[in-house]
Amino acid sequence: MSNIIEVKNLTKEFKEIRAVDNLSFSVAAGKVYGFLGQNGAGKSTTIRMLLTLIKPSSGSIEIFGMNLQQHRKEILSQVGAIIERPDLYKYLTALENLRIFATMSGIKITEKKLMDQLEEVGLADRANSLVKTYSQGMKQRLGIATALVHNPKLIILDEPTNGLDPQGIADIRNLIIRLSKESGKTLLISSHLLSEMELIADSMLIIDKGKKLVEGNVNDLFDPAETVVELKTTDDAAVFEQLQTSALQKYVQGKRNDCVLLKLHRNEVPFVMKELVKMDVNVISLHSKHSLEDYFLSLTTGHSHVEAIKN
Amino acid sequence: MWKLLKIELFKIFKRPRTYIAFGAIASVVFLIQIALKYDGKSYVDLLLNNLSGSFEFSDEFKDKLLNGYMICFVILNTLLIQMPLLVALIAGDSIAGEANMGTLRLSLTKPISRTQYMLVKFGASVIYTFALLVWMAILALFGSMIIFGTNDLVVLRSEGIEQMKNFDVLWRYFAAFGYAAVALTTVSALAFLLSVFAENSIGPIIATMSIVIVFTILSEMNIPIYDQTIKPYLFTSHMVAWKGFFYVQADAEGTTINGSIENLPAVLRSLGILIIYIGVFFSAAVWVFRKKDILT
Repeated sequence: MSNIIEVKNLTKEFKEIRAVDNLSFSVAAGKVYGFLGQNGAGKSTTIRMLLTLIKPSSGSIEIFGMNLQQHRKEILSQVGAIIERPDLYKYLTALENLRIFATMSGIKITEKKLMDQLEEVGLADRANSLVKTYSQGMKQRLGIATALVHNPKLIILDEPTNGLDPQGIADIRNLIIRLSKESGKTLLISSHLLSEMELIADSMLIIDKGKKLVEGNVNDLFDPAETVVELKTTDDAAVFEQLQTSALQKYVQGKRNDCVLLKLHRNEVPFVMKELVKMDVNVISLHSKHSLEDYFLSLTTGHSHVEAIKN
Repeated sequence: MWKLLKIELFKIFKRPRTYIAFGAIASVVFLIQIALKYDGKSYVDLLLNNLSGSFEFSDEFKDKLLNGYMICFVILNTLLIQMPLLVALIAGDSIAGEANMGTLRLSLTKPISRTQYMLVKFGASVIYTFALLVWMAILALFGSMIIFGTNDLVVLRSEGIEQMKNFDVLWRYFAAFGYAAVALTTVSALAFLLSVFAENSIGPIIATMSIVIVFTILSEMNIPIYDQTIKPYLFTSHMVAWKGFFYVQADAEGTTINGSIENLPAVLRSLGILIIYIGVFFSAAVWVFRKKDILT
């Protein structure tokens, strides 16, 4: 599969600060690529370099197999983006905003197609309302409509769920999945909502202090054999003792506060549950802790989640 | 390019604050016209008082003096001093306003070059400036011609008076408005340049006005050492050269030569200097903007 984005040794320095440090990564066609990092990790700077808003200090960026600096216009005509907040002209209507950005994208578009685009993001009935009357979620959806209006092959969304309520987040998630699976778009998405990323990304990159920590397929990055489970019961101490002499002994990692920690393969979770029932353990909850968030934290804080929760 | 320019003009003229300048001009023009319609004679007497020591003015001459052309000259003298602020309101907002709204970063991810973007933005500012002057010409020139009628134009100078025949005036106004457009475009280019450095429009607007005020004071000061060293290089010294179109040549007998301009080379030199200023300001703005990292 060909790569849509190819970044090599990208570095950006602002005076003495190195915001992005020798970063290399690639994004495969038709995939959702998650871009993770804490605040100030260098995500937005990298995305701005991909969109020619910031000039790199060194390194190269190729998009669609073309050098970004040399083929800026051709490349950007096939890219749709939202950077941080979807700021639009508040004194204009949604339809006027969309028309402006469609024209700036170099396409001819009919009013019907503009309305279809607004329909797609659920704003058709407010097409002629001024953007200043919109809620944050509506602005976000309109921002996405402006990013998609010229039918780009590559979509770059920087924190697309910022400021959205749970329904808004779910809507954006479904839209991203639809764009990827049904329309075959390539998406590069940065987000602080790591659990959301786990649901939508095919592969991802985690950066910290401008440097790459890890890059790869989401399924490969989280080894199912390393799943950590928190078991909460009505009598934590007694159950911990009981487990030491049971068939589940090999899984027991330790105890923390009110929970017993088990480490096992994800596929073994049903077996553990059956055994707990056989042992007549009063289970309050059984919670898998090996999420993207834990993985992310273990990388960016420098020690594994298992160690962290043991302590 | 034309489509992008249309977008910029659409954005400018969709904002209610754009019309403040048009409203301000209309208010001043109407106030002057109303005042002179009802008490023009007192105003003319006041003007002529300064010259009455060396000249005798008949009542017929005084009646001829108060006409549409003269009113327009008074309005031009008053308004062209204030118009830089109105022009800076839009030009200073061009880039800084987009940065402030957050729309600059979105616009620059579109497939248009930064030079193209600057050309379109500046082009829209210039068109706005021209629109203001056309508006002013309609109200101040044509409005006054309708209300007060036309006659010979008499312009008072410290050296004496200039008199132009009725048929020899209108073209001078067209030339003066054209010159004023270039002069105000210079201010527009300055505000545009300062707009590139800022992330909200207040800064460039205040900075532009500060520069215009300081330069105007320096241009008006009668300090000999500045006359040759600083004044010729200040753009504000050349912004008032539109008045040159109303200073006429006279023959050996002191009779005005129709269609003449007293010192055309000086007017053209001033025009050239203003055009150079526009070029320098705009080129600097493009140069800075092309290198600028967009962090807003």
